[in-house]
Amino acid sequence: MTLLKVLSILFIAGGIFFFFTATVGLLRFPDFFSRLHATGKGDTLAVFLSLVGLALYEGITLNGVKIILIAIFMFIAQPTATHAISKAGLRYGLKPWMKGDERR
Amino acid sequence: MNELFAGVGLVLCGLVLLVMYRVIFGPGVFNRVAAISAIGTKTLVILLIFGYLYNRIEMFVDISLVYALLNFVGCIAAAKYLEREGEAR
Repeated sequence: MTLLKVLSILFIAGGIFFFFTATVGLLRFPDFFSRLHATGKGDTLAVFLSLVGLALYEGITLNGVKIILIAIFMFIAQPTATHAISKAGLRYGLKPWMKGDERR
Repeated sequence: MNELFAGVGLVLCGLVLLVMYRVIFGPGVFNRVAAISAIGTKTLVILLIFGYLYNRIEMFVDISLVYALLNFVGCIAAAKYLEREGEAR
């Protein structure tokens, strides 16, 4: 059990934790925009931490470099997709939730 | 290390089942698109873990890269289509 293995286990555990919090936010928050707020940021950080952990387990090989490239791509693409969906929802006519409204 | 990867894969599959609630019962189509995007993100990590479990990481890393691209493009396409639908109403 070298130091890199321990670091990769820590990174993957952090990724699992942020996946769990993003899922709880997606299930529990009251409307579409707040759900997107939970899952957009939480999933981005979680997939980054998980992929960096897997790349540390792999080491510097071709596959490790490919995993790092997937992580960088997801770090750019996931906020873009979240922004596109939320802009489409706002143009569609969904109203943001105010305090006192009922859950939708 | 294999048992740890199997446990991580099982936890991620359970989280995907939880998100399926939002896909099935979510009010409106936008909640469903957001939940499907979250499921695609989790599936990407599950695919890499399958690669380590089957000792075929050099094949599964390419599948995972293609899955990330398809998830992104599908999400953008659904957003563009729904936005145009809303402006036509």
